[in-house]
Amino acid sequence: MMSLTKTHKSLRYLGLGLLALLILGPFILGFWTSLMPTADIAKGILISSHLSLANYVDAVQQTAILRYLVNSLVISTLTMLAQVLFCSLGAYTFVFLKFKGRDFLFYVILATMMLPFEAEVIPNFATVRFLNLLNHYAVMVIPFLTSAFGIFMLRQAFRQIPGELKEAADIEGLNHWQFYWRVALPYARISIFTLAAYSFLESWNQYLWPMLTTFSDKFRPVQDGLRQLQSQETFNNWGMIQASAVIVVIPTLLVLFVGQHYFKNGLNEGATK
Amino acid sequence: MEAGHSVPKSQPTVKSFAKTAAKGFNVHVNDKYYAAAFLGPSLLILGVFVFYPMVRTLYLSLFLTNNVGRPTVFVGLKNYVSLLTSAAYRASLTATGFYVVGVVVLTLALGILLAQATVQKLAGIQWFRTIFSATMGVSVSVAAIFWLFIFSPSVGLLDQIAAFFHLPVINWLTDPGWAMVAIIVSTVWMNLGFTFLILFGALQMVPPTLYEAADIEGASKRYQFWHVTLPMISPTLFFTATVTLIGAFKSFGLIDLMTAGGPNNATNLMVYQVYKDAFLTGNYGMASAESIILALVIALFTLLQFKFLEKRVTY
Repeated sequence: MMSLTKTHKSLRYLGLGLLALLILGPFILGFWTSLMPTADIAKGILISSHLSLANYVDAVQQTAILRYLVNSLVISTLTMLAQVLFCSLGAYTFVFLKFKGRDFLFYVILATMMLPFEAEVIPNFATVRFLNLLNHYAVMVIPFLTSAFGIFMLRQAFRQIPGELKEAADIEGLNHWQFYWRVALPYARISIFTLAAYSFLESWNQYLWPMLTTFSDKFRPVQDGLRQLQSQETFNNWGMIQASAVIVVIPTLLVLFVGQHYFKNGLNEGATK
Repeated sequence: MEAGHSVPKSQPTVKSFAKTAAKGFNVHVNDKYYAAAFLGPSLLILGVFVFYPMVRTLYLSLFLTNNVGRPTVFVGLKNYVSLLTSAAYRASLTATGFYVVGVVVLTLALGILLAQATVQKLAGIQWFRTIFSATMGVSVSVAAIFWLFIFSPSVGLLDQIAAFFHLPVINWLTDPGWAMVAIIVSTVWMNLGFTFLILFGALQMVPPTLYEAADIEGASKRYQFWHVTLPMISPTLFFTATVTLIGAFKSFGLIDLMTAGGPNNATNLMVYQVYKDAFLTGNYGMASAESIILALVIALFTLLQFKFLEKRVTY
């Protein structure tokens, strides 16, 4: 490639900088106003010199924001672990086990990927009410213990395992559980990691379902916690709302940046092969 | 395929047969017990929370229901007929269509722009890649709050900028047209992190030799983009488009937080309509019919995506 002139180079940085500003703008504004007194925000002042962490102290002391975070952490972690386990076991079945009706079952599961959860909330609400799960962690975990998408994705990953490995394991006398645990899981670790991150974020971002099924701060996850803050008397307390939003976004940003390396590899693997 | 005792996936060898024979049983005899244990939990959950509710929703959509959601009078397709002839529901479909197209087009266009901007070799480009993927870590409520402030009347950023330059003030969230723009912008922003990551991955996979050859033949950068880059990433682009599209059809959180379907039902998208009819007015039969229509639309686009996945897998 030709070497770039200095002006050319700075133009490129300028372009990149503008794009970065577009993406970061809402973060910066949210973070900045979270440090400002609400009185200043209400007056339409955006450049304030009275910056402090007071809004954060208020958010933590006056709202259940930390409780919401813990709730979401519990719900998302349980969902993630369950999906990794049940999806990988399901996927294993479709790759390494032979039994009557296997292909038919696979197509049945594939078909469920077409059915949006959003279109099924009415009977599902009746079901969890019948099972007495309303307003509990269980109501946000049990329907999502597995996912058709996860099974499909890990099936693709397990199919990459060389047949000779399975043969060798058979000769060694490994049973299916041992082969699954010692060979299949470690072999597909990038896909497993991708599914873990995906299912965690998916659960963390749930909005409609917890909104319908949880009614107390004790179990309410963050998305609906923020909705609660935003719709209650705190509505005009912009400083505190922004502080709450920042408190909520920091953990996921950290997870994203730490996990990005793995995530990117996993996604590329899925999207380009 | 033979039932119960079919041959192993890989070519059987004399050795493996000998081993099996020595053990005195066929290794696949146990498979169905393992299958029951391994697949059982998933089947149970999918059955109870995905299959049954679909059938039940279809069933309910053919009935009038009482206020606790029990079917009362069988009305056949009447719910569907009254929906499709109702101006309000058709407006909801139109709004959804407008929103989905806006979100998909803008998400893809900006996603390609961001990805294209970061494939170049520049010092510190890694930082921009990290920044561009950042909105992937933003949940729907956080995005709604950040953008609510930007769009909020008088104190919000946009109104302040307008006031500073003495421009006419726009009622972002209370004007029907602008409210739609506001939720599209917010959704696109939220989508960009994921879209960027996927498209960036695809761009990196384009063999550099293609560009070198194009350079030698004197093709302009613009020509290269349209005739090398786009065709090479088109499978990924298609994948991203369907994922974005399906996501847009399911949008609920941003709408609920930013506009609650308003003003004047201008942002009353399909899922929000289901929610209102089922959980606010208790019209479960109608809401079920709306759910089925939503499911049909999404199933159609998911099928398209499968077709593409299939192609890629055999490739």
